[in-house]
Amino acid sequence: MTEYNFAYLDEQTKRMIRRAILKGLAIPGYQVPFASREMPMPYGWGTGGVQVSAAVLTPKDTFKVIDQGADDTTNAVSIRTFFQRTAGVATTTATSDATVIQTRHRIPEEPLHEGQILVYQVPIPEPLRFLEPRESETRKMHSLEEYGLMHVKLYEDISRHGHIATSYAYPVKVEGRYVTDPSPIPKFDNPKLGDMAAIQLFGAGREQRIYALPPYTQVVSLDFQDHPFEASKADHPCGMCGATDSYLDELIIDDAGGRMFVCSDTDYCEARQAAGHKGKDAA
Amino acid sequence: MQANTLSGGFADPATQSAHAFRSVMEAMARPGTIQDIEGAAPPAPLSPAMGAVLLTLCDTETPIYLAGDMDCEAARAWLAFHTGAHFVGPAHCMFAVGKWDALAPLAVYPIGTSEYPDRSTTLIVECSELAAGATLTGPGIKDQATLSLPEVEAFQVNPTLFPLGLDFIFTCGERLAALPRSTKVS
Repeated sequence: MTEYNFAYLDEQTKRMIRRAILKGLAIPGYQVPFASREMPMPYGWGTGGVQVSAAVLTPKDTFKVIDQGADDTTNAVSIRTFFQRTAGVATTTATSDATVIQTRHRIPEEPLHEGQILVYQVPIPEPLRFLEPRESETRKMHSLEEYGLMHVKLYEDISRHGHIATSYAYPVKVEGRYVTDPSPIPKFDNPKLGDMAAIQLFGAGREQRIYALPPYTQVVSLDFQDHPFEASKADHPCGMCGATDSYLDELIIDDAGGRMFVCSDTDYCEARQAAGHKGKDAA
Repeated sequence: MQANTLSGGFADPATQSAHAFRSVMEAMARPGTIQDIEGAAPPAPLSPAMGAVLLTLCDTETPIYLAGDMDCEAARAWLAFHTGAHFVGPAHCMFAVGKWDALAPLAVYPIGTSEYPDRSTTLIVECSELAAGATLTGPGIKDQATLSLPEVEAFQVNPTLFPLGLDFIFTCGERLAALPRSTKVS
């Protein structure tokens, strides 16, 4: 590979991103501003995650990309190929073999281990943004630890729906200090954020923010004593592998309202099927 | 200009700085762990680990403060040639470089603002040894870790400033460790 610098980005850009990552790790949950670059893909396709991955990858890494759990969707395939071509790294779809995993909106079912890095693609890094559109104000709210508005939002959920209806991008508090957006992962994945053995890095390209969770960081999903946080999923087993503990996608399979539920984590589902597990819809 | 001013940088900057950064990141993410770092051969008094950290993180956008013995012609010329960083006093630096005694007092370094706590100095401290020592707890640490620190009291005060504060990288030979502001020391 001689047409590009290793991992596409120039060295000065990588240094700037690396400095932001280190500050992010030192202040867990705080969004560090960085000078996001134009990438050869549109904003919304994971430019933040791609820039973070480019800054952490070494030629020895094995790289995996998932898009809502799947290794074989357009976004995942194009980003995996991008780093195959520009960094020459090995790629895999097996969660346990990967050293760097870039993800859009899921945490793999299989627990991650030390030595792995999970890079999230983040569309809106500011958890307070839909409650307060002004950056000057949300920045002040974070500095004053003024998070009452977020609890009001969750309370309004309860008064309207009888329960906290927020089902993804469910806000968390990191180490008792910063309220942080875990990116649009389903709240089923929220309990995995805390106490994880791997390093978690979050990159928001359009919004120009990087934040991080070091391993074994305390991450608490916001809730109320009488409405405790609940990690929910569709109440079915996986149609392909029969798993009852994984997050499921609902697929419409005909015009008569027929549907099936399958694991959103394709690697997890395929590994279980290969091990002989069979769901009711498996061929 | 000394001949060794021009040598001792990364021969293959993209991959060597990538490996060096991973060492620094692992150290910062897992306080108390000691990482190997290599690739740089700076002139004395900079150690190879110190040189590699500076090559990996510093450029024209990062003012550096050289404290005590580190503020010498050899170090200045080498850093100016290889990183392009400019040199400032402790109150305006992004990175401070030196031995522990020379870096004192810590009160002069920027600790960030409540709205931008990331605008704070990272101190890169040259140590005579890296080993087990004080007990560490906090993010990045399962149960507890241990690391030799040049003193304990300053590192007990620093986390009380959280989310403001200073972050530390300790270098020794070709090894390094780190202590972010989030780590509690006892």
